[in-house]
Amino acid sequence: MEKLKYLSQGETGLVVEFGDAIDPAVNTRVHDLARRIASECKGLVEAVVPTYRSFLIFFDPLLISRHELTAKIDALASAAESAQASASAAKIVVIPTLYGGEAGPDLEFVAGHNQLSPDEVVQIHSSTPYRIYMIGFTPGFPYLGGMSEKIAAPRLKVPRTKIPAGSVGIAGAQTGLYPVESPGGWQLIGRTPLKVFNPASEQPFLYSAGDFLQFEPITAAEFEQIENDVARGVYQPKTFTDKEAAK
Amino acid sequence: MITVLQPGLASTIQDEGRAEYLAFGLPRAGVMDRYAAHMANLLCGNPVSAAVLEMTLMGGSFRFGQACRIALCGADMEPRLNGQPIGNWQALTVVAGDVLETGYARTGCRSYLAVGGGFAVPMVMGSRSTYTRANLGGVEGRILKAGDCLPQGEAPPVSGPPTRLPSRFIPAYPEQITLRVILGPQDDLFLPEGIAALFSGEYLVSDEADRMGYRLAGPEIRHRDKADIVSDALGIGAIQVPGSGQPIVMMADCGTTGGYAKIGAVIGADLWKLAQAKPQNTVRFVQYTDPAAVEALREEQNLYRAAAEMISTGGSPAPTDRVGVRRLNLRIDGQAYEIEMEEVTGNEDN
Repeated sequence: MEKLKYLSQGETGLVVEFGDAIDPAVNTRVHDLARRIASECKGLVEAVVPTYRSFLIFFDPLLISRHELTAKIDALASAAESAQASASAAKIVVIPTLYGGEAGPDLEFVAGHNQLSPDEVVQIHSSTPYRIYMIGFTPGFPYLGGMSEKIAAPRLKVPRTKIPAGSVGIAGAQTGLYPVESPGGWQLIGRTPLKVFNPASEQPFLYSAGDFLQFEPITAAEFEQIENDVARGVYQPKTFTDKEAAK
Repeated sequence: MITVLQPGLASTIQDEGRAEYLAFGLPRAGVMDRYAAHMANLLCGNPVSAAVLEMTLMGGSFRFGQACRIALCGADMEPRLNGQPIGNWQALTVVAGDVLETGYARTGCRSYLAVGGGFAVPMVMGSRSTYTRANLGGVEGRILKAGDCLPQGEAPPVSGPPTRLPSRFIPAYPEQITLRVILGPQDDLFLPEGIAALFSGEYLVSDEADRMGYRLAGPEIRHRDKADIVSDALGIGAIQVPGSGQPIVMMADCGTTGGYAKIGAVIGADLWKLAQAKPQNTVRFVQYTDPAAVEALREEQNLYRAAAEMISTGGSPAPTDRVGVRRLNLRIDGQAYEIEMEEVTGNEDN
């Protein structure tokens, strides 16, 4: 295993870097260790922000010195490496999605661009869970990995000024989902009725970095039903683990 | 209850912000100048975490609905109470119907109004801070507008003469500032002359300077190869350098992640200086070490403690200002002494 690199982000920020690559194995190590630190160092660290190949720890150097913190991380990291086999199961969050039509105005374009039918695009897009490498850009925006090159499509030449919350899109070989209304240049292929960012909820975000998202095609009637349930606060998001999926 | 008569340019309710959801892409938000905000709260007898009103460049006017302690700290917006000039950096008692007016920031950029009990807008995701880009916190997640009613928290009744902070607690807001910087995390992606440019050049605060970040203009900070990195996390104070070689210092509302190389970070104890800088002011950077930056944090905490103690013991109610304060550290027979010398003048207008 590559040695961890400790870098500074001001006197209250410690960057722990695992290399330079976008790689699922590296990202798994990032999230695994980030979770351990967040739970083992409660009260000592203010926040741990995991990204593709590193995480940033915000801490109060008047509570714990940089030296003490890196020593703690070294210890947790070596414990983590030896416990690799028993790594906890990955959580997969289901994102019910209405593909095409008004909800996904660019589905036809993505299909034509790849000489596929719209149904084939939907089938490929919803066939596999996608790793959330990190969350950033806007609250809840997931950087997903693992989409098939078969349904890749270029960004819009002129970005839209307003994309409705819940829109599911494709940009190059990436797929993603807009949690809040924002401008953007992704090809929109569908929309979920879920509120992935809900400030009023006890758990304002539906998923964490390190989880996986699985898109699931739904009908317009199901979209309406789920949208109603979400609005009334009675919708239970569907999740499962990769270990359950393997059974 | 406090009624907003004139909102000012971009006034929002802020507290210490929310760190809990940084890993979910939610910016921290919170006060831009924590020193001024902390002092305003301390003057009102509040915990430093109480919500305050942050005014930027142009203040507003406000009518108080009940008797309470108030304090203004930060930029000098030439505040007046019922038409009479009042000073910054002091606590005073207002009664129902009193009107506070503030104008253009004569020095500095941001002024903080604290009221006894704090501004009791609802807590959203662990904080009262306004984050306008997600319509979160504060008053409906937006900048204040005329007619807004700001709820006020409970506070023990306080009266008495104004309590003014001694001048050693009051910072100056010059048009040229120097910020201390710790290199990293990606300083190795810059050419030595790029790093030299950062520490020798003078940078102008551009018009694009807001709660998200301050774009500066000056000598080009050149990268070794390219400006892009595999996106990673960043925090307030981080100095991002895009391909143009012009630095951007991240501030309270900055995104949680970014894709440009970060040459360094402004130390926490200096962030208020930038928060009080206006467009066309100039910035210099000096290299600093991590232990020294931690020491600067400790000194900042000591100042809060000293101010709180001074205020709780009645402070310096005398209407005098302290000019020409000089502090000396002496060591006599192995014992350390801190000596303060000052000239005292009377006849101040407060």
